[in-house]
Amino acid sequence: MSTTVDKQDIVGRGNRDGAQHFRDWFSELTDTAKQGGQSAYVFVMGSLNEILKVFDLPVVFPEINSLQTAVRRVAHEYLSEAEDYGYSPDICGYVKADVAVQLRHGEHPMGQIPEPSIAVLTNACNTYIKWAEIWQRMYDIPMVTIDIPGTREADGQTWKGDKNFENDRKYVSTQLKELIKTCEQVTGKKFDIDKFREILGYANDMSVGWKRVIELNKNRPSLFNALTDGTIYLGVANGFRGTKIGSTYFKELVEEMEYRAEHGIGTLTEELYRLVFVGVPCYPIFRRFNELFSEWGGTFINSTYLWFASGGTNIGFEYDLSDPIESLAEGLLISVRDAMDSMFYQDRMMSDMIEEFGVDGIIYHPIKSCRTVSTGLADSRRYLAKKHDIPSLFIESDMMDRRVVSEAQMKNRIDAFFEGLESRRKQAINHRS
Amino acid sequence: MAYAAGVDVGSTQTKAVIIDENRKIVSTALIDTGANVIQAAEHAFDNALKESKIRDVEVEYVIGTGYGRYRVTFGNDQITEISCHGRGAVHMFPRTKTVLDMGGQDTKAIRVTDSGEIADFCMNDKCAAGTGRFLGAAAAALDIPLNDLGTTALKYNKPVRISTTCTVFAESEVLSWLGKGKKIEDILWGVHQSIAARSAGLLRRVGIEDEITFTGGVTRNIAMVQALEQKIDKKLNVSEESHYIGALGAALFALDHIIASRHPHNSVEASS
Repeated sequence: MSTTVDKQDIVGRGNRDGAQHFRDWFSELTDTAKQGGQSAYVFVMGSLNEILKVFDLPVVFPEINSLQTAVRRVAHEYLSEAEDYGYSPDICGYVKADVAVQLRHGEHPMGQIPEPSIAVLTNACNTYIKWAEIWQRMYDIPMVTIDIPGTREADGQTWKGDKNFENDRKYVSTQLKELIKTCEQVTGKKFDIDKFREILGYANDMSVGWKRVIELNKNRPSLFNALTDGTIYLGVANGFRGTKIGSTYFKELVEEMEYRAEHGIGTLTEELYRLVFVGVPCYPIFRRFNELFSEWGGTFINSTYLWFASGGTNIGFEYDLSDPIESLAEGLLISVRDAMDSMFYQDRMMSDMIEEFGVDGIIYHPIKSCRTVSTGLADSRRYLAKKHDIPSLFIESDMMDRRVVSEAQMKNRIDAFFEGLESRRKQAINHRS
Repeated sequence: MAYAAGVDVGSTQTKAVIIDENRKIVSTALIDTGANVIQAAEHAFDNALKESKIRDVEVEYVIGTGYGRYRVTFGNDQITEISCHGRGAVHMFPRTKTVLDMGGQDTKAIRVTDSGEIADFCMNDKCAAGTGRFLGAAAAALDIPLNDLGTTALKYNKPVRISTTCTVFAESEVLSWLGKGKKIEDILWGVHQSIAARSAGLLRRVGIEDEITFTGGVTRNIAMVQALEQKIDKKLNVSEESHYIGALGAALFALDHIIASRHPHNSVEASS
């Protein structure tokens, strides 16, 4: 096989296959909806896909459904419908778009969303709990909340073998066993431990691959754009967790990134500034938002979104298949708390990354309708500015609501940020010469 | 003698400044922006040329700034008003460390380096609270010409507290205070205090460091200057030409370009 053929086949494969898997996933959901089949409604920060897949329950991520309405530029219709129903403009845009999807009996730009048979969530976001209660009220379905003890204090993380950690693990594994019982009742199927092990094995492949893909972006030039390409990978990481498709996808994605690294194939012709994105993307102008940076030669080499919106699976935790339930409890504890920490104590994680990834600037994107991910960003910014003297930009908009997204104002701030980076670089060169 | 120009197309007014190669202001012009932004930029530049008696061909480089910077169609380049206000402020007041630019639709707090580079900045949110537009809304509600706002407000005796942060609701609140029999000057001073409080918040976010230079259209309002000074308990640098600082900064960047193009092997040092 010639190098040219290899390149055509490998470069961009993650995006192509990711987009296809995404369409297939929604196609399956549409079939399920039309056939009146069962489904589980879950969230990105701790989806419990590992258990739900044992029962062949198709998973619906309402957060992903909602952001898709924004990417497809119809979010305003859904938000208005929920507001007409009585929701305030200040309520989480994801919740409102989902409520409108439910009011429309599952009508969605990507297909038909099935009704839930069960809602499974963690306490990673307090809105999750209220949100699931909405479905409980609408559909009279069981709702299982897995309460994950987070990090209790800064730098106070406990690990396997610590007394507190083992107590927490027991607390979580007991809840997982209750979830399994509820799933058995909902589906009428018995829990199959061997199938569960197989699923955990696939999930392991994905976690290992995800961690490796993110690490590989230390490469210069960066191999993928953490904001645009990364969001595609993230979709597969969530929707296909614990599946053979997901396992193969991430193995091949690692292969693509290693190929790119070896051949010096980056995302931009000229990478002038390596940036980190903090927060949730601006989906109403998703592509344009990225262009506002790429026009200046800025590329996003990492993003906290890839961490917390993958439920912390970016840290690459691998389940011990010989003790699957206890190991899932351990993995959940570590990953979900990491996803929560990514929001609240992200400064420490980012501090390590600045040198390793050669970061030139940090873009904070607090969003109007999500206090959970926006709280703490100002503190993180102050901490990192003091510790690393790293330039950063704070731009506020929303992940869903285009009424609070002003491209002109955003551009003004972004242009000024790059003017600053440019003059800072010139001064550094002058200083050295 | 080489000349450089900056044209600052703001939401309310458009300013043009021409400087010579000694960085001295040769002429300035100020017009209302209106609906035709391209024309406003052209008129402002033409007026500055007329005042200086310089021909347009003598102006070697023009930089557009402000929200309408991409509408300065005759310009050679565009730079944001954030960078331009920083640069202009340090040129006019060399000890400047912090800049507060209050314009028609936004207010910016900018922390600058000694040479006028941007160290950090933050702006008001997408709403017009804490900007010149907020004053405009109050002036309209009270039926007072904008130019008289400052002098009227400074006659205050028992200022009222304006609690709303929304420009639209501020108008209703002003009217409700009028309905309760409050004096116009007391209401107006309350409006100025409200804006000063929001601006002080922006300044604190970037860090208030002496000296502080106040720029933009609202600098002509003496009550605003006083309200801000009271709020942050510091003196502000203000001059008759503070309104032109954004355009001046753009002109200084334009001059950098002219000098750099004459000595292409030398790097350009931004100097005030």
